[in-house]
Amino acid sequence: MSDIIFIEGGRVIDPASGVDGIRTVVVRDGKVAEVAERLERPRDVRAVDARGKWVTPGFIDLHVHLREPGQEYKETVATGARAAVAGGFTAVCAMPNTAPPNDNASVTQLILARAEAAGLARVFPVGCISKGQKGEELAEYGELAASGCVALSDDGRPVMSSALMRRALEYARAFDLPLTVHEEDLLLVGKGVMHEGPAATRLGLKGVPAASEEVMVARDLALAELTGGRLHIAHLSTAGSVRAVREAKRRGLPVTAEVTPHHLALVDEDVARSRYDTAFKMNPPLRSAADRAAVREGLADGTIDCIATDHAPHSAVEKDLEFDAAANGIVGLETAFAVCLALAREGALSERRLVEALTSSPARAFRLPGGSLARGAPADVAVLDPAREWRCDPALFHSKSKNSPWKGATLVGRCTLTLVGGRIVHELAGGGR
Amino acid sequence: MIGKHRHLTGLEPLSRDDLLSVMELATSMKEVLRRPIKKVPTLRGKAVVNLFFEASTRTRTSFETAAKILSADAVNWTSSSSSVTKGETLVDTARNIEAMHPDILVIRHPSSGAPQLVADHVSCAVVSAGDGAHEHPTQGLLDLYTLAEHFTGIAGAPAVAAPDFGTLAGKTVAIVGDVSHSRVARSNLHGLTKLGAKVRVCGPPTMIPEGIEAMGAEVHHQLRGAVEGADAVIMLRIQHERIGDPLIPGTREYSKFWGLNEKKAAEWLTPSCAILHPGPINRGVELSPEVADGARSVILDQVENGVAVRMAVLYLLAGGAHEAAEGGARS
Repeated sequence: MSDIIFIEGGRVIDPASGVDGIRTVVVRDGKVAEVAERLERPRDVRAVDARGKWVTPGFIDLHVHLREPGQEYKETVATGARAAVAGGFTAVCAMPNTAPPNDNASVTQLILARAEAAGLARVFPVGCISKGQKGEELAEYGELAASGCVALSDDGRPVMSSALMRRALEYARAFDLPLTVHEEDLLLVGKGVMHEGPAATRLGLKGVPAASEEVMVARDLALAELTGGRLHIAHLSTAGSVRAVREAKRRGLPVTAEVTPHHLALVDEDVARSRYDTAFKMNPPLRSAADRAAVREGLADGTIDCIATDHAPHSAVEKDLEFDAAANGIVGLETAFAVCLALAREGALSERRLVEALTSSPARAFRLPGGSLARGAPADVAVLDPAREWRCDPALFHSKSKNSPWKGATLVGRCTLTLVGGRIVHELAGGGR
Repeated sequence: MIGKHRHLTGLEPLSRDDLLSVMELATSMKEVLRRPIKKVPTLRGKAVVNLFFEASTRTRTSFETAAKILSADAVNWTSSSSSVTKGETLVDTARNIEAMHPDILVIRHPSSGAPQLVADHVSCAVVSAGDGAHEHPTQGLLDLYTLAEHFTGIAGAPAVAAPDFGTLAGKTVAIVGDVSHSRVARSNLHGLTKLGAKVRVCGPPTMIPEGIEAMGAEVHHQLRGAVEGADAVIMLRIQHERIGDPLIPGTREYSKFWGLNEKKAAEWLTPSCAILHPGPINRGVELSPEVADGARSVILDQVENGVAVRMAVLYLLAGGAHEAAEGGARS
């Protein structure tokens, strides 16, 4: 009976099947066998006491950097997958800006083999849009799709050539792959390192205007319309981008979008408050309070489909530097739930929508399995304690990297138990209490 | 200590009283500077390291002079490059220097925030000598000092007299030039607004940074409107590399619309309006030679006051300076 687990007494929030209430979830043979109000538990069956907790589908993150192959000192597939399950994520999409980049089957297969060996979160590789992410020639989408890539991206580098982008959207249709795009006009960005606005002006840091994202979003929406290709806007960060996507969706374009927890929670003034702390440097940069309000609204009304962390591990070597010189990016898998839950507590987002944006919405955007606790679905489950207070100490992260703007902060809400395929892959120490 | 501050990374964190404490001491320092034998033992045994990652003659020499007059040992450490790919990181450099037990690290760096990063990693006092486009706090202080001298009517006087810093309140100061790249403009804005002066900034829209109004500036794009009725004008240096940036089409057009020459000065400026420039001047671009060398110019007073203000800053930050401040340099 060891492969049967009863998760009892928790509040099951499963937007995909419209469930929100106290239920027992029965896991059997790696699948969700039943979700019901009252169930008799046979003797000798493992029970998880979920009273006072949320029980949701395992979270799905469309945007993480696992750094393997090539930068294993920052993260590996195994450590990244460990960080994922600690944060309640049972599936992550691994961005292809590895070294070498994931533009061919051998890199894709290596990532999948490492994920398999780790046996933690499911890892869905994302292949390159262009060979070597150079923005010159199309990568081999057919081979990438066949070997397991679920989307295409040159993340970290925008596709500056409109002509290449057009052909990429067109060609990807043959394999039904979405393009997940990093929207940034490099010429407008120049040497910018933070959002252009009063905070950057006061700090004397070069600004990145919101328009550098918005012109590329506008271009790619036009190209999606031209080609019919599936477009997914990565880490959308500005009010103008929200408006553009909202309008495109109204017209029925095949577009989806994600926003990061940090763009939902923080603003450019936090860079000033941190006094040039490079844990507040990322790309796109933290935007204005008005932009933050717009992405929150966009997430609440469904313009932005999902939350994705853009988990970007960097070591002290890349971060203990002048703000200008430091690498962009922060780790996010282990703080995402608490940071986003705060939005729900503030009333910016309903709890149902929060869970949806972490589960069924991302699954739908990339057509991934999971994101639901429907009977027969893979038993990828997160048990979350929405009241649990904890001090964010990056030294205790499962991720190899510690670059978090929440270091030292007291956060509320934490994943206590994670199941992937019916197997317990994470259990927080003292989680039952 | 300057008030409760162990470091001087900018004027933004300082209070009005902090600013006044430095400038009041600077008057005593200026008197020392003008003595025939300009040497006091005040900082004997203290070590000041000038850590410069960017070319600078005026500021480095000024800090070095200030340290030497106070009998501190001044060492210059010049780095040709701050690039992380070429050598050690800034934090490593700072820690290495700290291991030599300096009392004060004076740092000039092309990246905004670099003095803060150093201050976060060392135990000695850190003084910014200019970081990126962030702040140049000692320039801000010397400009405030020079303006107060001018408004008190003692600029260029043969005997050192104490300026009345209260005269800055209600005055209008125009800052003209590439404000977006200017750390001097930012320090001036913080300092002037804290002392009650009104600040206008002026330049082509490409040189006025987004949101500068939030720092208390009134934005102008036409020179005439910015300088008419002003009590002082601070002209900023136009760097030639901004042409390719591209912020302006060229120095010829810039000079025509935003440069100050004798004719514009005579027609638009009030008779008592002073002209300042942080140097080095591009003669014929932002200032015509006649104006730079003319009667309104207090540019050389700025340089002299720079040494006095830096003496005061080094003195206050060299540690345990408070009791000395009562009896030492003032006596």
